[in-house]
Amino acid sequence: MRTEPRLIEVRKNVLKQNDVIARALRERFHAAGVFVVSLVSSPGSGKTAFLENTLTLLRPNNRVAALVGDLATENDAQRLARSQAPVKQITTGTLCHLEAAMVQTALEGWDLNDLDFLFVENVGNLVCPSSYDLGEDLRLVLISVTEGEDKPLKYPTIFNSADVAIVSKMDLAAAVEFSWETAYNNIQAVRPGMKVFRVSSKTGEGMQAYLEFLAARLAELRHTASV
Amino acid sequence: MHELSIAMSIIELAEEEAAHRGVQVEAVHLRLGTLSGVGKDALLSCYEMACEGTVLQGSRLLVEDVPVVIFCATCRAQRPLNSVQLFRCPECGTPSAEIVQGKELEVVALEIKECVPNPV
Repeated sequence: MRTEPRLIEVRKNVLKQNDVIARALRERFHAAGVFVVSLVSSPGSGKTAFLENTLTLLRPNNRVAALVGDLATENDAQRLARSQAPVKQITTGTLCHLEAAMVQTALEGWDLNDLDFLFVENVGNLVCPSSYDLGEDLRLVLISVTEGEDKPLKYPTIFNSADVAIVSKMDLAAAVEFSWETAYNNIQAVRPGMKVFRVSSKTGEGMQAYLEFLAARLAELRHTASV
Repeated sequence: MHELSIAMSIIELAEEEAAHRGVQVEAVHLRLGTLSGVGKDALLSCYEMACEGTVLQGSRLLVEDVPVVIFCATCRAQRPLNSVQLFRCPECGTPSAEIVQGKELEVVALEIKECVPNPV
C-alpha cells in the first residue's frame, strides 16, 4: 500500500448553515407578512437613536418590534423600550456580528403574525456583519456626518451587502463641514444606484421620506404574497 | 474580527466531508472573494489555530483570491473591476452594481491522503 494525494471536489458555501437558517427565517417572515429591516453601521453612528425614532413614528399606525445586538449590556434595549414597542436584546458576548441562528432564537415566543415591521439592529461594526444573511428584506447601512465622507470608500464590502444607505446626524452637518455631495458620490462610486436617505433623529429631518419608503416596501411585500 | 468563526466553519465542513468519505485531509482549497468580508491573512492564522486538536490538525488552507467581476450593461459583457472603490466598467465607464463574481466564500475541494494498492 502507498499513499498519494488526490483532490476531491466539494463546492460548499462556508456559511451554508447560516444561509439555510436565514432562508427559513425569510420564508417565515413572508408567510406572516412582516417586513424585516436590519441596520448596520460603525459604533456610535446613531443606529439606536435612529431606530428609536423609527419605532416611535411608526407605532401609532403599525405593529413594530425590534431585536438589538450588542456585545454586552441591555442599554440599547432599554432605550428602545421607551418607544413602547416590544424589544429584545441579543448579547453576543465577544462575537462581532449577528448570525441568523441568534435572530431565530431571539424570536422564540413572539408571534410574527402580530407584526408589520421587525427591525434588527446589528452589532456596531462595518466589517463582519457583511458576510451574514439574517433573513431580512432590507439592509440599511448608516453613516453619520461626523464619520467623514469617505466611509463608503473604506468599507465597500458592507455597502455592497446593504440595500439602502442612511446618512445620519444631518443636524451636525454644518458644524463638521460635511459635504453631502462628496458623501453621496462616494456611495454611488462603490454601489451605483444605491438609494440614500439623509436624516436627523434629533430634528426629524428626512424621516418622513424614509418612512414612506418603508410603507411602500411593506405594501409591496403583502401584494406579492397575496398574488 | 470574525475570521476565527469562519475558520471554524471551514474546519467543520471539511471534517464532515472527510468523515463521510472516510479520508484524511491534507489541504482545503478555498475560493475567497474580494467582497466576501473575510480577510485572507487573518483567516490563515486563525485556521492554523483552530485546526489544533481536530482531525484537520497539520492541514493547509489554500486560498484562491477571487477578484470582483461586474456585468456592464453597455458593453453587454462581464468586466473585472480595477478597484473596489469604483464600480464602473473599466472599458466604457458605465456604473454597474451587478456583481457577477467576488462574494465567494466556498470550499471547492479537499486534498486528501488515501491508501491505494501498490501497482504490481
